[in-house]
Amino acid sequence: MNSVSIDIENVTVTYHSKVALHQAALQLKAGTICGLVGMNGAGKSTLFKAIMGFVKPVSGKILINGLTIRQAQKSNLVAYVPQSEEVDWNFPVSVYDVVMMGRYGYMNLLRVPRSCDKKAVRDSLERVEMWQMRDRPIGELSGGQKKRTFFARALAQQGTVLLLDEPFAGVDIKTEKMMITLLVELSQTERTILISTHDLASITTFCDQVVLINRSILAYGKTSEVFTEENLSRTFGGAVGDFSSAKRQVN
Amino acid sequence: MDLIQWFAAPLQHGFMIKAILVSALVGVVCSALSCYMTLKGWALMGDAVSHAVMPGVVIAYVLNIPLAVGAFVFGVGSVIAIGFIKSKTRIKEDTVIGLVFTGFFALGLVLVSKIKSSVDLTHILFGNILGISDADITQTVIISAITLVTLAILQKDLILFCFDSTHARSIGLNITFLYYVLLSLLSLAAVAGLQTVGIILVVAMLVTPGATAYLLSDRFDHMLLIAMASGVFSSVMGTYISYHIDGSTGGCIVVVQTLLFLAAMIFAPKHGLLVRSRNSQTVSESDANQ
Repeated sequence: MNSVSIDIENVTVTYHSKVALHQAALQLKAGTICGLVGMNGAGKSTLFKAIMGFVKPVSGKILINGLTIRQAQKSNLVAYVPQSEEVDWNFPVSVYDVVMMGRYGYMNLLRVPRSCDKKAVRDSLERVEMWQMRDRPIGELSGGQKKRTFFARALAQQGTVLLLDEPFAGVDIKTEKMMITLLVELSQTERTILISTHDLASITTFCDQVVLINRSILAYGKTSEVFTEENLSRTFGGAVGDFSSAKRQVN
Repeated sequence: MDLIQWFAAPLQHGFMIKAILVSALVGVVCSALSCYMTLKGWALMGDAVSHAVMPGVVIAYVLNIPLAVGAFVFGVGSVIAIGFIKSKTRIKEDTVIGLVFTGFFALGLVLVSKIKSSVDLTHILFGNILGISDADITQTVIISAITLVTLAILQKDLILFCFDSTHARSIGLNITFLYYVLLSLLSLAAVAGLQTVGIILVVAMLVTPGATAYLLSDRFDHMLLIAMASGVFSSVMGTYISYHIDGSTGGCIVVVQTLLFLAAMIFAPKHGLLVRSRNSQTVSESDANQ
């Protein structure tokens, strides 16, 4: 209970000798919903990539539930919900196929689904109300349905850490409400959820923790304590437009 | 019946039976692979690898080792070269690909011209399915078996690799391994295709059936079957047509493939031009009604 789920210790990441993330340190306890807030290029996706093991930090280390990234991958601990722009929506796969991909890590080499895999897929699709749509090609879905499909895949993966990249961009109110409800439910079962976004308004409604990031982690902790005028101004580099709109959203 | 005669006549010749069977087999293999090439957006890569195998083929001839081995080394080598140049210079990927494969191809041309006696350039460039040797048939069968078995075993992983490599990596799949598997199969298929249609046209075998099937299906398993069916049909019909018109076999096969693609492009039930224009008409009519 309340053990550290994501442990990031003084992580520095560089791309072509440019520092993308400097000395980032962050400990998230199991059962937290944490918003990751920063401008474009502030290092949000770099942090995600580091947690998923796609970029190797030049210094520092990251542990997931005390395991190295590699061990965490093999144990299917980290599930990722991509931004809609990252997905090839013309790919000939159905909703069911996509969600089943969340189970590959549990299957044998041929990826033949067992009954527990089918059950996990069905349960996940039912939770996001997409079971009826399971045979649809993904290209025929609405924005919200697309997002729910990939959310269902993350659910089917049954990881303990869930990373969501701009989950509410281009989705309908129904999907947003459903996802927030599900995220809160997941956090109650000791899942750790990290949400990258620049939609500050939604963050304050359901995230209990916030990380402010701008090339390094500026502040993190309880949403109410971290969302101060000074912190936001540092996060958004004092850009007046961004800052005042951010503040308005918080208020 | 003329039609029966049309189909039966070529079968009186042993070389035609061989040609039809081998080209059908190559059609299946290349078509299966073409689905992944189309979905991964690797057409240019297919073109590059199929051309880059040329020096490998020539060297293998000289050393008297299986062509597939030489092709494999140079096919994979070309991609490593592409990756290396791309990461070490500021040149864009498509430029690097164009540069590397023509370089390899040119090297192959030089090699062929210096050792004319053992290798016939036109056979490499345009294929020689009608004169295929038994050793080449054995090699094609082995390549086909390796490719089809590998694709069958790794199908799910390769689909995931093409569709969402981020997710594949995050659940611990070895992306580099899958990348090189696909690449190796591409090199092998290029050798198989080289026998039937030649190096110049082999990229058509590795792209067109997949593209045709992509327009006709929204499910991968259907796409695979349609691609293979269209590949076999084109290979067999192309070989027949080339017999009757006494024309280039490789050319006929690829022309049939291209015609199938054009038909799919126009008449495909969901993604065809006819349906699309009808749909947009319906939309504009309903707009007008509002």
